[in-house]
Amino acid sequence: MEVRVSNVRKEFATFPALHDVSLDIKSGELIALLGPSGSGKTTLLRLIAGLEEPTRGQIYFGEQDASHRSIQERNVGFVFQHYALFRHMTVADNIGFGLKVRPGATRPSKAEIRRRATELLNLVQLPGLENRYPAQLSGGQRQRVALARAMAIEPKVLLLDEPFGALDAQVRRELRRWLREIHDTTGHTTVFVTHDQEEALELADRVVVMSQGRIEQVGTADDVYDHPKSPFVYGFIGDSSTLPVKVENSQLWVSDRPIGLSITDEPDGPATLYFRPHEVDLLDDCGGCIAGTVVASRRVAGTRRVELEIGGARERVEIELPIEHPAAQKSRIAFRPRRWRVFPSA
Amino acid sequence: MAEPVTSSNPGRYAIGSAATAERPITRIILMSVAFAFLAIFLVMPLVIVFTEAFSRGLAPFWENLADPDTLSAIRLTLIVAAISVPLNLVFGVAAAWAIAKFEFKGKAFLITLIDLPFSVSPVISGLVYVLLFGSTSLLGPWLKMHGIVILFAVPGIVLATVFVTFPFVARELIPLMQEQGTGDEEAALSLGANGWQTFWFVTLPNIKWGLLYGVLLCNARAMGEFGAVSVVSGHIRGVTNTMPLHVEILYNEYNAVGAFAVASLLAGLALVTLVLKTLLEMRYGEELAATRGH
Repeated sequence: MEVRVSNVRKEFATFPALHDVSLDIKSGELIALLGPSGSGKTTLLRLIAGLEEPTRGQIYFGEQDASHRSIQERNVGFVFQHYALFRHMTVADNIGFGLKVRPGATRPSKAEIRRRATELLNLVQLPGLENRYPAQLSGGQRQRVALARAMAIEPKVLLLDEPFGALDAQVRRELRRWLREIHDTTGHTTVFVTHDQEEALELADRVVVMSQGRIEQVGTADDVYDHPKSPFVYGFIGDSSTLPVKVENSQLWVSDRPIGLSITDEPDGPATLYFRPHEVDLLDDCGGCIAGTVVASRRVAGTRRVELEIGGARERVEIELPIEHPAAQKSRIAFRPRRWRVFPSA
Repeated sequence: MAEPVTSSNPGRYAIGSAATAERPITRIILMSVAFAFLAIFLVMPLVIVFTEAFSRGLAPFWENLADPDTLSAIRLTLIVAAISVPLNLVFGVAAAWAIAKFEFKGKAFLITLIDLPFSVSPVISGLVYVLLFGSTSLLGPWLKMHGIVILFAVPGIVLATVFVTFPFVARELIPLMQEQGTGDEEAALSLGANGWQTFWFVTLPNIKWGLLYGVLLCNARAMGEFGAVSVVSGHIRGVTNTMPLHVEILYNEYNAVGAFAVASLLAGLALVTLVLKTLLEMRYGEELAATRGH
């Protein structure tokens, strides 16, 4: 099922949580809503589900305007961050709940509901746990049951709100892979919310980066990582270093020295240079480069991070060096970013 | 949130820690004071109620209970409880639901209103009904014209009891429902359940022990209420006398055995309530709300 969010605005009391958001979700796509807390990602998910009503704008399921349909009519599977399993029901009853509450004519028989629950438990790789209660399961198992319960109603769209947020790192990674497999098997259109960029980049077909109630960028993992469209995306996804620069005569300047980077599509004036700390070329002689003094150095896994103080500007940037580089305190290092972008200063 | 709640009482394990332990002599004094207080103000009266009731043996005790006026008072008390407790169960659940699960203007005001019967003297609440429905009130002539009798009759007693016992169920459920949040309900709705199914299959099982606890306290108060009922009842023997009122009448007539016989029934009710309450707290303390204001 295709889902189209069209110019949606959502206000709580008078506080706008979403400003004029539009998004097309393709059928069968696995899409991540990624952003810091307060970015509106959960609000957008709840709007798609029908747990909230938009203040303005429309939400289409296929060709139909679903904006004012109730959550029951939308037929979506929703998985909550804290599972929201019914604690007084067994696992099988939890999974069968959506079938049990159907009106008489479309309600499967008890035996059929039970059979479906068993089938779904096998799909989520928890065979034999039909008669357990939620309190007897681990966090990861509960989340699997919650997903099985959401899938039992054969939803048009699966919506997951921080599905792995309450789990520890090991289980998270495992469930991430597992969710991808389930998605590839069942082919549900799936939207999930996360604040974990690793999760979003690894799992999703496309990532929707959000900030302060707006969509900053929509794209594949490669798009948002390699071609960030805004300073926010540059800063939020992956590591980035920034340096205040000046644009003049199509050249970038750091405190009256050209740094050997030319630019044509940016007007003259103050700007900010963004680059990844690991995408830099070290230079021996500095004829147009960024040069600085090492003020701090840290070992991070397979690389070394050094903090440089740049020239007279007293600005600090971080770059990554190979382990064997003999960077010592106070030594001088010259470099030039290999890949970079300039955004005008706000 | 869905993690099993281990303990709602963090202070429970602090007892006996070296830093906060009192010296033995202090401990003995504190405990003696507490026990002496309980003995004088709770146990002794209870013992006296039962010894007085049986002071002339079992036969006069039964005779007094079998008195038609006493039987009528017991019947009326049961009827009043049978009407007001279910009413307050429905009101209480509705009010708690509204307060815990929705955001709306005037919510704080509503919570204050729910607490009103706790802060107003029961006699005043009774008096309000007299002023509202009495013959000299605004509604009085209209009620008389239509032949509706509220004051000095069962409807008035029920109204006064409902008013006085209103907070019990609501007060018990509000913190419980607030703590549980709306996640389970949203899950049920997303699975296609309608409002009624959501309440019946999801909300009610989540609150059942708190609800039972509230009903228990509500019932105890409904049967034992004196002040408010006294004002609206009119004390008509065999017609509008409830058990607490009947106790007073018998006592004023120097029928000590009769008065204490009826009182012993009320005391028995209180003891049963206490046992049930303790059992509920022991088994489901963690599911009950943390606020124990009554």
